[in-house]
Amino acid sequence: MAEMFMFNALRSAIDEEMERDPRVFVLGEDVGHYGGSYKVTKDLYKKYGELRLLDTPICENSFTGLAIGAAMTGLRPIVEGMNMGFLLLAFNQIANNAGMLRYTSGGNFTIPIVIRGPGGVGRQLGAEHSQRLEAYFQAVPGLKIVACSTPYNAKGLLKSAIRDNNPVLFFEHVLLYNLKQDIPEEEYLLPLDKAELVQPGEEVTILTYSRMRHHVLQALPELERRGIYPEVIDLISLRPLDWETIGASVRKTHRVVVVEECMKTGGIGAEIAAGIMERLFDELDAPVVRLSSQDVPTPYNGTLERLTIVQPEQIVQTVTDLVRGRI
Amino acid sequence: MVQERPLPTFSPATVHLTREEGLLLYEDMVLGRTFEDKCAEMYYRGKMFGFVHLYNGQEAVSTGVIKGALRPGIDYVCSTYRDHVHALSAGVSPREVMAELFGKVTGCSKGRGGSMHLFSARQRFLGGYAFVAEGIPVAAGAAFQTKYRREVLGDTQADEVTACFFGDGACNNGQFFETLNMAALWRLPIIFVVENNQWAIGMAHQRATSDPHIYKKASVFNMVGVEVDGMDVLAVREVAREAVARARLGEGPTLIEALTYRFRGHSLADPDELRSKEEKEFWLSRDPIKRLGSFLVEQELATNQDLQAIHQKVKQIVEDAVAFAEQSPEPSPDELWRYVYAED
Ligand SMILES: Cc1ncc(C[n+]2csc(CCOP(=O)(O)OP(=O)(O)O)c2C)c(N)n1
Repeated sequence: MAEMFMFNALRSAIDEEMERDPRVFVLGEDVGHYGGSYKVTKDLYKKYGELRLLDTPICENSFTGLAIGAAMTGLRPIVEGMNMGFLLLAFNQIANNAGMLRYTSGGNFTIPIVIRGPGGVGRQLGAEHSQRLEAYFQAVPGLKIVACSTPYNAKGLLKSAIRDNNPVLFFEHVLLYNLKQDIPEEEYLLPLDKAELVQPGEEVTILTYSRMRHHVLQALPELERRGIYPEVIDLISLRPLDWETIGASVRKTHRVVVVEECMKTGGIGAEIAAGIMERLFDELDAPVVRLSSQDVPTPYNGTLERLTIVQPEQIVQTVTDLVRGRI
Repeated sequence: MVQERPLPTFSPATVHLTREEGLLLYEDMVLGRTFEDKCAEMYYRGKMFGFVHLYNGQEAVSTGVIKGALRPGIDYVCSTYRDHVHALSAGVSPREVMAELFGKVTGCSKGRGGSMHLFSARQRFLGGYAFVAEGIPVAAGAAFQTKYRREVLGDTQADEVTACFFGDGACNNGQFFETLNMAALWRLPIIFVVENNQWAIGMAHQRATSDPHIYKKASVFNMVGVEVDGMDVLAVREVAREAVARARLGEGPTLIEALTYRFRGHSLADPDELRSKEEKEFWLSRDPIKRLGSFLVEQELATNQDLQAIHQKVKQIVEDAVAFAEQSPEPSPDELWRYVYAED
């Protein structure tokens, strides 16, 4: 076992996959000489050269399109969005080409591409750099969407994403890059479509992902003091959702709280709540509760920013109320 | 408004052309024209649906570049939504293209794509892009792949050139500038072919762009830019060959501006009310098919009978394509979800 920061775990995933498969290359702004804004590709260009760690000009839509053309013709690109928000400029290429082109081409082409980078609400970065993007992409057919949350799963998931033959949008969280964890020295891969049971429990299921997993974990000791032991599931895959794992848990606990950083309107939680209604209505003892971020652009001010996203105290209160039959 | 900008002159006397080459170019243009005329007929008969953009008038560009300068099926071709004829020049069979337009499972995109999304991996035909300019970076990706195979994977055989087609309207879009910059920066083996047919739906080129000379825009990227009479297949072939040779030698991309014209409206749904009669007549008088035909006869490379035989042969091919499309099955409803993911 070796202790690693998340950015290093991601780096070693990329390094191992580039070493294993020479068709894998990384492109994006400052991924080469500079090593990536969050150092995920630090020094890799020294090992693999400038074509495999391709520093692009600032032209998100076109370098994403270029990666797609390369993927269609046999390479396996990893696009780094310096901040995933910038890839809104590449939405055309991501939706029309990465997502749909396998279908519109009637299976003529496959698009094995990973589009990854830092997303989520950072610390006083202001609205444009602190976006919740996953819901914008969840409706695009043909994409897989994965959110990592720990150095361990970040590494195993990224390696799988690189090997997957489909376009994978891979969300990292700006505030998790410096998370540390022991991770195995030997190679491991994690499935892209499986949720992770973080902690088994009873009476209530908490469905969460990315950084909110850690806010949920912070709420657990207080809940425990109150005699409440929720089952915690990290969704990992936001598309497709792992309904098997979600269903098994709901059948056991009969109550659900979704804790997400996504906006409430049209968010991932909205999709989950509707999906549970459709599939598991008879299992529910209470309505599905959504703890989502507020429907505002992320404010710069620290206090307002904190109010925008779900905090551990709020999780404690809501879970308690739900279990005690007050919701 | 007729033609204000003089067409670049080209002397066919400088061209070396064999009978076989001449007939190949002629047949490809006739196929493009006949196929499109048949599409119009089929559209009005309710056999094909949606937006259908025909290529009539522009044949010299597709034929001159793809048949005249590329190795179809080896080099890559990337198109726009006006893509039927590019696909045909690239070698996608008329049967497969027609069947796609009929929405049949035997179509080149299995009935999932339609007019604006033609694809063929076998023919290295990269599509079919319904959004203006979105194919430009994708084409650059294919060219990057060739460079990567040669320089990273050590494949010394990797020498494909990618031809990327788009219209004058697309040249006002950021993806044009973004991609030209990257292609020149990395000396990608690509040729950018602007089919300047003077119109973007109903928007006259002069009303949409600050400098209507698109080829000059290459200079700011340190790239070779040339203009060519896009109604003259031999002229197009000549500049395309030079551009392809440069690309293969690793000397980087070229921007070719082919001055051309579409003889029909923007799409089959377009009443075509804006373009003046004089303008249309001016361009109709430069019909690239008639022009090559006369040249071949004058040069005694072919007789009128030879040309007639080609028209007859192509007519048969297109009739056969329609019969094939008509008789082909629809995609099975059970397969609605097929091809969403790589595993399907
Ligand atoms: C991004 C985008 N915006 C608008 C349209 C609608 N549209 C379709 S064709 C067209 C004109 C394009 O003209 P040009 O690039 O010159 O190509 P041409 O039709 O002349 O071949 C427009 C505006 C579109 N398809 N895509």
